[in-house]
Amino acid sequence: MRALRLTVTAAATAAALTALSACTAKSDAEGAGAIKVTAADSTCATSTKSVPAGHVTLAIENTGSKATEVEILFPDDRIVSEKENIGPGTRYTLTAEVKAGSYEIACRPGMKGHGVRQKLTVTGSGTVAKRNPALDKAVADYREYAQEQADATVPLARTFADAIKAGDLEAAKKAYAPSRLGWERTEPIAESFGDIDPKTDTRADGLEEGQKWTGWHRLEKALWADRKTGATEAALADRLVADLTDWRERVGKAEITPTSMANGAKELLDEVATGKVTGEEDRYSHTDLVDFKANVEGAQKAYELLKPVAAKNDPALTGELDKQFAALDTLLDKYRADRTSYDFVSYDKVTGDQRKELSDAVNALAEPLSKLAAAVAK
Amino acid sequence: MGERVNPSRRALIGWGGAGLALGAAVAGGAVAMAEAGDDVGPAAEAGGAVAFHGAHQAGIATPVQDRLHFAAFDVKTDDRAEFVRLLKDWTAAARRLTAGRAVGEGAYGGLAEAPPDDTGEALGLRPSRLTLTIGFGPSLFEKFGLAGQRPAALVDLPGFPGDNLDASRTGGDLCVQACADDPQVAVHAIRNLARIGFGKVAVRWSQLGFGKTSSTTPDAQTPRNLMGFKDGTRNIAGTEAGRLEKFVWVGDGDGPDWMTGGSYLVARRIRMNIETWDRTSLQEQEDVFGRDKGEGAPVGRAKEHDAPFLKAMKPDAHVRLAHPDSNGGITILRRGYSFTDGTDGLGRLDAGLFFLAYQRDVREGFIPLQRRLSASDALNEYIQHVGSAVFAIPPGVRDTDDWWGRTLFTESSGSSSSTKSSESAKSSKGA
Repeated sequence: MRALRLTVTAAATAAALTALSACTAKSDAEGAGAIKVTAADSTCATSTKSVPAGHVTLAIENTGSKATEVEILFPDDRIVSEKENIGPGTRYTLTAEVKAGSYEIACRPGMKGHGVRQKLTVTGSGTVAKRNPALDKAVADYREYAQEQADATVPLARTFADAIKAGDLEAAKKAYAPSRLGWERTEPIAESFGDIDPKTDTRADGLEEGQKWTGWHRLEKALWADRKTGATEAALADRLVADLTDWRERVGKAEITPTSMANGAKELLDEVATGKVTGEEDRYSHTDLVDFKANVEGAQKAYELLKPVAAKNDPALTGELDKQFAALDTLLDKYRADRTSYDFVSYDKVTGDQRKELSDAVNALAEPLSKLAAAVAK
Repeated sequence: MGERVNPSRRALIGWGGAGLALGAAVAGGAVAMAEAGDDVGPAAEAGGAVAFHGAHQAGIATPVQDRLHFAAFDVKTDDRAEFVRLLKDWTAAARRLTAGRAVGEGAYGGLAEAPPDDTGEALGLRPSRLTLTIGFGPSLFEKFGLAGQRPAALVDLPGFPGDNLDASRTGGDLCVQACADDPQVAVHAIRNLARIGFGKVAVRWSQLGFGKTSSTTPDAQTPRNLMGFKDGTRNIAGTEAGRLEKFVWVGDGDGPDWMTGGSYLVARRIRMNIETWDRTSLQEQEDVFGRDKGEGAPVGRAKEHDAPFLKAMKPDAHVRLAHPDSNGGITILRRGYSFTDGTDGLGRLDAGLFFLAYQRDVREGFIPLQRRLSASDALNEYIQHVGSAVFAIPPGVRDTDDWWGRTLFTESSGSSSSTKSSESAKSSKGA
């Protein structure tokens, strides 16, 4: 996992050394200068809205009836530090090094949703990068989208796993493609963690020497090519659910910037161009068009969120992107009977000419999409 | 880029525009030199650029370069204005490429977040006599309200005996022929034009040619084809203004005005049965062509350029059948290239001749010639036509304000937005 980027200034380091013992999170440790956070079922009260940069301590008390989660968030909702699962009636002290800037403290009763937010200004002499609130919003909304996709994926993966464990080959086959949708929509984020993707989404040809093959495609081969749902497959299915649960827990910490969102959208189209159009991704199940659609949806989501900014900087580009997204959507719709279903034509039934047409449409979209990052960065 | 000091995107565009304006002042001579201070590097002093502007497109009468990358495109937009914009963008890029310059804002030095405009593999290479020649296929005239502008001479080629055409290597709404002495320069040009075209056009097929098989320079040695023979020794030379006017350039009144100064191109991918040919006796090889293999002299003659005595050749000898004297004087300008696309999966070379011929009227050029050859040529035992396309080659781009296809798109009366037929037209590619 990527380390969180917490800047330590010289002054903060000195403070950190003297206060080192207080760093260890402990119940009931309420150091002087700590921000009191009173987390209830629908409120989140903080004792101060402004603290100096350096070590920031939150003295948290959960006065509500549900387990809660408290976080310090960057303006784009990336997590600076967090504590999950603070039980009702318990306390916790959370310490983090925070540089000058604007933040929010979030209490998430029940450990889900947007939570209740309080502003926190961290003062100091360090230079604070100028931020564009419109882009911060785009990143925050995209993070929320990524979290929703991960949240929705875990139960679908469980359905898939349950069918395998029940030895129900047909039900497992049916549950395979739907379990991948959320992942495929937000794949660049999942891949940014480095260690999860090799466990969940490696194809047979992507294995490194000595690597054990696990994840969706291993199970895809078992179901379609080997027609097996034995103990090995059951264990693999459990492992997949565990790895996806790990992913869901970590989405909030992914480093996302407007540029990485834009490039992530392009990368999703790259995925389509190199894996789906060729039929390599789902070579046993031929459900490539489902992944294809999910990749495009994820790219479109990132684009739509960045569009207000991009349209100001480069209206010709957003005009072209609108047109090409629509054209690709229309083309993909030809491969499903019902526009609300993810029941797509099996890719082995898609002819060479049709693949060429799909490839042309992907190129037509991916080329202007590669210019989106520049349009939001200027 | 020369201007690397934290330029805004707008400033860069401004500079690019200035560069083009300068180009206008310099071009017009026989060789367009790149401007000082531009990002050409060695290209600027090396010369080696062929003028892009002229009454006729370069790449036809131009002395044949060593390498080819030829691409056929299908149109993907039904918006006429957008297509015209592409032709203008392509022209601007072609102007830069043929001068040895990078397209757009160059291959580096731009915004770090954006992919560079130019793909970069031709940086530091000379212009290498790059020519870029555009053509319009019959199927283009089913789009954009152009039906009334289709020249009668732009016929769909008939089927010939022995044809075994692969649809995926046949036809195309548009073509661009890139010829250069450096293969990387030719490939770079097609790659960058294709990239500019995404969303508007898509590559339908493309062909690399690694060796020229004909010459348009009279004193040059006639190159050999992959069968080891000199062929087309009486090709039209780029300096023979009279024969060019007579056989290659479309004259005033030949057809629609927009084609005056243009030409017609036939492209055929001709696969050679290399291995069986190589097992053929020397006598038979020479009989098939009607020449000797060493010198290239016609049967019974001493030198390559000696006038052939056709009656001394076998009745089905290739030279005899293809010679203008056997065809009522029919003459075409040949500009083909040898190709090898690796092996065919059966251990045989996938190789042959990518035949390119320019002519004033296909109906009086390639078609009657190929009728005759396909019926009787002894060579047919060793070759097969597997790809085919025909294109109208518009006249040259006159100056920096002009653009590829201007005469077609400003003289025709088509509607300015869209036509309906673009999707259904896809299936019936004329070849």
